[in-house]
Parts: sequence; C-alpha cells; structure tokens
Amino acid sequence: MTETNKAEATSQALTIAGLDCFYGEVQVLYGLDLVLNKGEVLCLFGRNGAGKTTTLKAIMGLVPASAGSIRLDDQELTGLPAHEVPKAGIAYVPQGRRLFAEMTVAENIEIGLMARGKGKATRENVLDLFPLLRQRLRQRSGTLSGGEQQMLAMARALCLEPQVLLLDEPTEGLMPSMIAKIRETVAKLRDMGVSTILVEQRVDAVLSVADRVAFIENGRNRETVDVQELRADPSAVRRYVGVG
Amino acid sequence: MHFGPHLLLAALEGLVTSAVLALTALGLSLVFGVMRVVNVAHGEFFMLGAVLAWAITTAIGGHPALGFLAALVIAPLIVGAIALVAERLVLRRLNYNPEATIVATIGMLYIIQQLALTFYGPEARPVEPPFSYRILLPWFGYSGYKLSVIAASALLLTATWLVLTRTRIGLVMRATQYDSETAQAFGIPVGRVYGGVFALGAMLAAIAAVLIVPISQAHYLMGQDPLLLSFIVVIIGGLGSLRGTVVAAVLIGLSDGIISMFFSPTLAKIIATLLVAMVLVFRPQGLFGTRSR
Repeated sequence: MTETNKAEATSQALTIAGLDCFYGEVQVLYGLDLVLNKGEVLCLFGRNGAGKTTTLKAIMGLVPASAGSIRLDDQELTGLPAHEVPKAGIAYVPQGRRLFAEMTVAENIEIGLMARGKGKATRENVLDLFPLLRQRLRQRSGTLSGGEQQMLAMARALCLEPQVLLLDEPTEGLMPSMIAKIRETVAKLRDMGVSTILVEQRVDAVLSVADRVAFIENGRNRETVDVQELRADPSAVRRYVGVG
Repeated sequence: MHFGPHLLLAALEGLVTSAVLALTALGLSLVFGVMRVVNVAHGEFFMLGAVLAWAITTAIGGHPALGFLAALVIAPLIVGAIALVAERLVLRRLNYNPEATIVATIGMLYIIQQLALTFYGPEARPVEPPFSYRILLPWFGYSGYKLSVIAASALLLTATWLVLTRTRIGLVMRATQYDSETAQAFGIPVGRVYGGVFALGAMLAAIAAVLIVPISQAHYLMGQDPLLLSFIVVIIGGLGSLRGTVVAAVLIGLSDGIISMFFSPTLAKIIATLLVAMVLVFRPQGLFGTRSR
C-alpha cells in the first residue's frame, strides 16, 4: 500500500466497491461504488426506486450482496450475518422508523444498548441528546407522535455508539420544527465524529446538512459532488431528480 | 348431588383442562407469534412428552414421585432437543416460509407419530401420580394431584410471563416477534431466537403432557385433541398473546368441563367451534392479539 493509499484508507469510514444486489431475480444495485469519509455527512440522493434504501440495507447485511465489497475501516462486512454488522459499529435508522411499537420507550432504548453491550452511561448520554424521551420512558412507543418516534429511532441507534450512522429519510412526514431538530442533531453528531449516510428526498435538507452528495440512479452512483459545488451549481439535482 | 357442588366439580374438572391447555397452547402461540410458523406437529411434541414420561417413570421405578419428578425434568429437555434438531434440519432450510412450514410440520407430525407407534406401541399406558392425596370437601372428595396440576400450570405461566416481560431474553423474543428485520439490525441473532422459541414451545407442550399423563394415560395418538384445542385457544386469544392464551384456555376449559357435565361433550365442542368462527369473522387477530409487521 502506498503512502497516499494509506492516508486515504485511514480517512475513509466506509468503502463500498462494485456492489451488486438482487431482490429475488431482480437486480437493484449494479456495481455501486461509494466512499464515506470519517466525520462527514454523505447524502444519497435520487428518485424513488433508485437503490438508496437497498444500499443501506446491503450495508446492514439485510439484503445480501451478490458481488462487491463493503469495508468498515479494515473489516469486510459482506458475508457477515446481519446481526453481526451492528456489533462492528454501524447503526441503522430505517425508513418509517420501524420502532418496536408494542414496547415502551425504555425497552426500545434497551434493545439499542444490548446490541453492543453498552450501559447506563451511554443511555444517559443519548437521553441528554433527546431530553423529551426521558419523560416518556414508560410510554408505549407506538403512541408517540411522529417526531417523537423519529427521535426514539435515532436514540435507539445512537445507543450503539456507532462510528457510522445510516439514516433513511429521517424527516419523512414530520412537521418543520421537528425537521429542524433532526437536522440539528445530525450536525451535532458530525461534530461528535460520527460519520453519517443520509438518504433524503428534500433538497433543502440535503444542502443544509450534507458535506457531499452521491446521486444514485438505477442502482449506480452516477456522481459524488461536494455540497459547496452543488450550492453554486444545482444543475446536478435537476439532472438526476428533476427538481431544485 | 345438589346443583352447587355439581357445578363446583364441573368447574374444577374444567380448570384442570384449562391448566394443561394453557401450557400447550402457549407453546403453539409463541412459535407462531415469534416465527410466524403454524406448527401442525405441536400435538406430537405433547404426545412425546407423555410417552417419555411413561418410559422414564418405568425405567426409574421406586416411589412414583421419584420417577415423576425425573420425567418432569428430563422429558421436556429431550422433546426440546428433538424440536431444536427439527428446526435446524427442516424449518431453517425452508427459510421459515409460512406455507412450506405448514406442509413440513404435517410431515413431522406423521414421522413422530409413526416412530412412537413403532417403538412405543399402540397401547395406552398409565403413569402413576406422584401422590394420591384426596382433599375432602363437604360434598365430595377431590384429587389433590389434579389441584396440583392447576397450581403447577399457574406457576409455569407466571414464570413464562415474567421471562417474557422482565428479562433480556424476553425482550429479545418480543423484538423478534414484532419486527425480525429490525431486530437483526440491532444485533439480535434471529435464527438462534427461532431455534430457542421452537424448542421452548415444544417443551411447554411436553411439560403439559407430563402433568396430565397420570390422569389420562400415554398413547401415540394423544396429540390430536390438544393440537385442535390449542388452535382454538390461540385463535380466540390471539396468536402470540400470552394473556389471550390464558384467558381463552380458561374459557374453553371451563365451558368444556361445565357443558360436558350438565349437557353433553358434543355441545361443548360445538360452542367452542362457534366461538372460533365468531372470532375469525369479527376479530380475526383474536381477543388480545395485535397486528404486527
């Protein structure tokens, strides 16, 4: 490995190379390449069905990779059973939150803590980040408002103290004040050194919180653009999504 | 006998049925609730428990309590191990596909049943109760052992409830039940949970059988009625709901005991089946069941 390669490797939190994924007979990802740098927010942007959620599920091992590589630092993740992936330090906030709705807020948090054997200190840190949840610990999570559920979904994931956080449309269906809160939290996590892959449909959210944007189209990463460049020239957004 | 004591006797008999039924149905309910597998072979795990209880008590000899206690521990462990092997060799390979596992468990039912017929034989064989104390009420005497079956069942149901609601194992099982994909994303080894739950379900059926075998004898076809009644109980109570299973088991057991004594056993079965039909029409998820992902 050359010195340049070594420097690149140490700055990269997650590297995806040539990833192919299928749902049954249907191929969804075609040789997808993606690099997430340490401490950055990388946004996956694209139309519905482009393969954004599948990319996150493939990272989590929930959709098997039929070819290619997913590396977290030096660890190869493809081939690991899905339940081993979070133990490596990746946390996932799925689309639609997917809370254990019949369980209480405290139990959902406990599930997050159990994933990597974290304890009371982690629990307190996470609850400090989302103080509202502290008052709702005994409440059934299915009865929380949409915004509170999203907070809980993020809190549950952060209980893993992950190096890499995968967020799938966290602002979907939320009111503006809650969207601002979620963006604020993502920015705070970046400051804490958490590398984040964010799947987002809202252009304003992408421009305000992301460091780089990867345009996913038909299961391929067409282009990765620095968000500063995108702010100066938003033509890429129009090209791949037809808005902006 | 006057109506009051007659009713009390019928209710006590009904409660014994309820106690055994609740344990058996709980096993079936847990397996469906967590794994989404309709285990048609569940009754055969019940039968295996009874047959093994006979084999163990016969092998040990001596005081009946000694053999019975050994059977109460060993038979469920053996049945659980058999269930675990069946889960690994059959259900896991079918990827827990709901339709395929129904057919597979029908196959398991016949394999277990025919193996029992081959090695145990067609005879119904008795197992001596661990004690023969009779409680003398003012109107009639009643078997102390039957009352202890009710107590043991209540104890086991409470223990299962405590495990499910107060322990990490229970939390993991419930998370898998509600959303197995998200559970995996939080480090829960769903395959291992499925194996454990299938074994636990079979063990609960086996314990129920060991408890009832001193009252009803061991026979290779004895799994059929508990299977049918367990399905009735879990449909009424709600698949996967412990509370629903217990309530429905008490309802079905008591109505069976009382209606059978005052009218006819056939009428009791007709009412139970009618109840299932009504639940399926008006509340398909059962009285206490929830719709899950």
